[in-house]
Formats: sequence, C-alpha cells, structure tokens
Amino acid sequence: MAKFPSDEWVKEFCKTLNQNKAYEEAAKTWEGDFLFIITPDEDLDKEYVFYVDLWHGKCREARLLSNREEKRTEYIYEGKYSNWKKLIKGEIDPIKGLLTRKFKLKGNMSKVMRATKAAKELVKTASLVPTDFI
Amino acid sequence: MWYFSSPKLIVFGEDALEYLESVKASKVFIVTDKNIASFGLLEKVLKHLEVSGVEVKVFDEVEPEPPKETIFKGAELASQFKPDLIIGLGGGSCIDSAKAIRVLYERPDVQIEEISPLTNLGLGKKTKLICIPTTSGTGAEATWAVVITDKRKKVKLELASREVISDVAILDPELVKKLPKKLTVEPALDALAQAIEAYISQWKNDFSDALAVKAVQLIFKYLPRAYKKGSSDIEAREKMHIAATLSGLAFSNSQVTILHALAHSAGAIFRIPHGRAVALFTPYSLRFNFSKSWKLYAELAETIGLKAVSKKELAVKFLNEIEKLLKELKVATAVKDLRIEREEYLSKINELVERTMESTGLIANPREVTEDDVKKLFIYAYEGKNVDF
Ligand SMILES: NC(=O)c1ccc[n+]([C@@H]2O[C@H](COP(=O)([O-])OP(=O)(O)OC[C@H]3O[C@@H](n4cnc5c(N)ncnc54)[C@H](O)[C@@H]3O)[C@@H](O)[C@H]2O)c1
Ligand SMILES: [Fe+2]
Repeated sequence: MAKFPSDEWVKEFCKTLNQNKAYEEAAKTWEGDFLFIITPDEDLDKEYVFYVDLWHGKCREARLLSNREEKRTEYIYEGKYSNWKKLIKGEIDPIKGLLTRKFKLKGNMSKVMRATKAAKELVKTASLVPTDFI
Repeated sequence: MWYFSSPKLIVFGEDALEYLESVKASKVFIVTDKNIASFGLLEKVLKHLEVSGVEVKVFDEVEPEPPKETIFKGAELASQFKPDLIIGLGGGSCIDSAKAIRVLYERPDVQIEEISPLTNLGLGKKTKLICIPTTSGTGAEATWAVVITDKRKKVKLELASREVISDVAILDPELVKKLPKKLTVEPALDALAQAIEAYISQWKNDFSDALAVKAVQLIFKYLPRAYKKGSSDIEAREKMHIAATLSGLAFSNSQVTILHALAHSAGAIFRIPHGRAVALFTPYSLRFNFSKSWKLYAELAETIGLKAVSKKELAVKFLNEIEKLLKELKVATAVKDLRIEREEYLSKINELVERTMESTGLIANPREVTEDDVKKLFIYAYEGKNVDF
C-alpha cells in the first residue's frame, strides 16, 4: 500500500495508468504534462508536487518534485489535501470539482474541455491504486 | 456543492417587450439575422427601444449554427460602436452570437475557444446583455452555454461560462406567434430533449429536476396544439415559449447527455440544423441510456399522466410516447431520410465518433460511453434501427 502523497504513490499511479485500457482509449490523442499540486491543510504539513507526463494514453514519467518551481509543465492542477483525498476516493466528480473551484487548473482550457473523458478515466485510475492516506 | 444560475430577470408574457422602454442604456447593439428583420420582428423591438431614446446599431448578419467568422465580425463592429447594452434577438443562433460577441467585445484579449467555466472573464464592465428569443427551443436566453461552429474543423465549439448568462431574458409570445411548422417543431424537440437530458444526467439536482419536469409537461401538452393550430392558439405559443426557457434553465444547471453529443457531431459534419439533429438522435440516445435511466423515464411518464402496471413498463411507455410524438410531428428519425448518402456517411464515421467522444455532452451521461457504442449508435441511426445494446 502506497502512502499518499509520496513518490511511491505517484509511480504506482503511473504504472496503473499504463495498464488501464479505458484510460488508454480515452486519452489516445492527449499530449501534455502536468504538475499535480497538493496544498497543505489541517492534515498535511507541507505542499507536495507531482510531475506526471501524459502522452497518447500512456504515462511516460511520474515523480515527486521538491517544489513547484522545479519543472515547467503545460498544465497545473492544484487542490488542497482533503479534496485530493475525496477525489481519489471517488467522492468528488473530477469535472464538478473544477467547476466548483475545489481544484484549480491552469493551462489551455479548450484542449482540456475536449478531453473530459480522459480526465475522468485518469481520476478513476487513481482510485484503483491501493492507497494509505496519512 | 453545486450552483444554480439564471438570468437576473426573466420578463415573460404578453407585452413583455415593453420592458425595453425603460431600459437603462445609452448605446444598444442588436445582434440578429436578416429573417428576423424581414419578418418584422426587429421592427417590434426597435419600436420599444425608440421610447427609451437609446442610440441603436443593428448587426443582422448572423447565420444559422453561427460560425466563428460571424462572431469576429460582430465583435469588431461592437468595438467600434461601443455599446453599453447588447441585445441578442432571434433563435439560438442569434442569441449565442450575441453572447460570444459580448465576450470578445469586453475581452478582446480572449480567444473564442478560451470561453470556459475555468476562465475568469470579468464581464459586465462594458455592457449588459439582454436576450430575446424568436424561436421556442434552445433556451439559450437562459443558459451559460454558447455553441459556435468552427467551419474549417467542422466542429461545434461547446463553450460555457456562467459569466455569459444574460442579464435579462424577454419572452414575448408575439415574436413566436407566426413561426412556420418546421420552426415550431424542431426547436421544440430540442427543448424536450434538453429537459429529459437534464433529468437523467448524473449532475441532476432538485432545481434542475423541477424545471425539467415542468418543461416536459408543457411540451407534451402544448406542442401538438402549437403544431396543429399555429398562430390561432396563442396560449400554446406562450406556453411553448416558456417551456423552452425552462428547458434551458434545466440543462444548464444540470447537463446534457450523449444525445446532444451525437447531435452536435453530426450537425457540424453534415450541416444539420440543431433541432432537427436533436430530434433525430432522441430515440437512439434515450434507448441507449435505458438501463441506467429507466426509473427516471418512469417518473417523467407519471408526470405526463401515463399509467402502467410496473415502473419498467411505464418507462417503456414514455419512450413510445416520445416516438409517437416524433411521428405525429413528421420529423426525420433516420439519417437516411435526410438525404445523406450511406457511403458518404460511412466514410465520415470515424470523424463522427471522434467529435462525439470529445463532446462535453458525455461528461455526465448516465451510462458509460465507449467508442464502439457511439459507432453503433451512428450506424443504427442511419438505418433507423432500434437500439438493442
Ligand atoms: N446556448 C445554448 O444553450 C444552446 C442550446 C441549444 C442550442 N443552441 C444552438 O442554437 C442554435 C439553434 O437555434 P434555433 O433552433 O433557435 O434556430 P436558429 O437560431 O438557427 O434559427 C433557425 C432559422 O429560423 C429563423 N427564425 C428564427 N426565428 C424566427 C421566427 N420567429 N420566424 C421565422 N423565422 C425565424 C432564423 O432566421 C433561422 O434562419 C444552434 O446553433 C444550436 O447549437 C444553443
Ligand atoms: Fe440543444
């Protein structure tokens, strides 16, 4: 079981994505890398930043960065820890989460709005990773 | 957590256009089309605006299923004229054009594709927006959606932002009294579909449910009357006009489904008017969603007074009732009846599927949708075959 957030977790997530056919189909034209930022709240002491490179239905690279300045990406997806927890548990609809500003997304919006199915599969995959929340 | 959005004010009923006489503005930019002008509808609006003494400029070049180019031209003229009020007057096409022109006029730095729920537009600093529908269908006067066609890419841009919603919607039955038969039926079936979609979407909620139910009730009761009696049944006209806005409010506070995704995809690729495309894909989409939505179909069936021994039967009855209505209104329910050649259609099937998969209509569809499903739906819809998967 991987602890969330950790380098081990995001690597496990990447591996699970690469085994997920539904994600592969939904994201087959997707090109674009992300910073997933987990901002601190009552249960998390500091900010965690994941780098995840998504390309044509596959995850090419994923790792924990030391901070958000370490890498420039096409997209930044950011939210507080308690919302990430709900997202991974499937308690927040990923698109609704964006529309209600529980999560912030920076990057080319028109491209992302055409890839909502891929986004949903991405989140579903996260819930498949055996996760231990701190 | 979720939101409910609507125009700040909805003025409806007989003489609703009189609202324009007391409008607080000095320069009004009207976005409309040549038909609206030639049918004397623009005239009616201008007459009331005259009373308020505002300066008016008319842009009447909107085409149906408006392309990006129209928006750019309108925005250019608006930025020269500098209005403090924009009025969208016409069907969904003129209203969407007005919404998009307003955005580009207020935010010339924004690309049209960037109009999204996640973009901060900060609208309202230069102008207000009033929408006055002349069809009873899309509900665009009350929604935060904007549908613009990218002709080059043959795709409908499904843009949305809660900020683009109109400040005021004016529903005056006088403007729809003389709608010809086709324009009575096709937009109305768009309204019916949107209301049902709002009711079965994963994003449904109590607010959207209430609006959807009322819209469905009004449409079943008054659409056949409006169709048969036309301008002699002003009550039916007025009720249909209200039903359309209710439907817009319903889906825009919930979501559409695969039905609109299919209609947008086919509509853009084969240039099918929106209402016609929606009507056509209605039976296929509703049957496709049956396994997930039948209980809700049964609820809707009850609200329009259908009866059956079991809920499942009731749900089936509801779908049959819709199909009966489509027949009665003489709309095409198979693509082959739209004079689209089979070979040409099949040659574009991948494009059709791709556009559908990218549509925001799939976000909250009750049933999971795969590429295979979509392909099958397009093929079944061509032939007019009953959905059995
Ligand atoms: N923004 C939204 O929420 C939303 C929702 C659904 C559909 N839409 C969009 O709306 C558009 C379709 O709108 P529509 O169905 O209202 O048709 P439309 O606006 O394209 O109009 C169709 C034709 O009817 C004519 N017309 C309009 N009113 C008339 C009247 N009173 N008498 C005679 N002729 C009249 C128009 O001149 C046009 O030629 C599509 O582009 C669709 O994608 C938008
Ligand atoms: Fe519609």
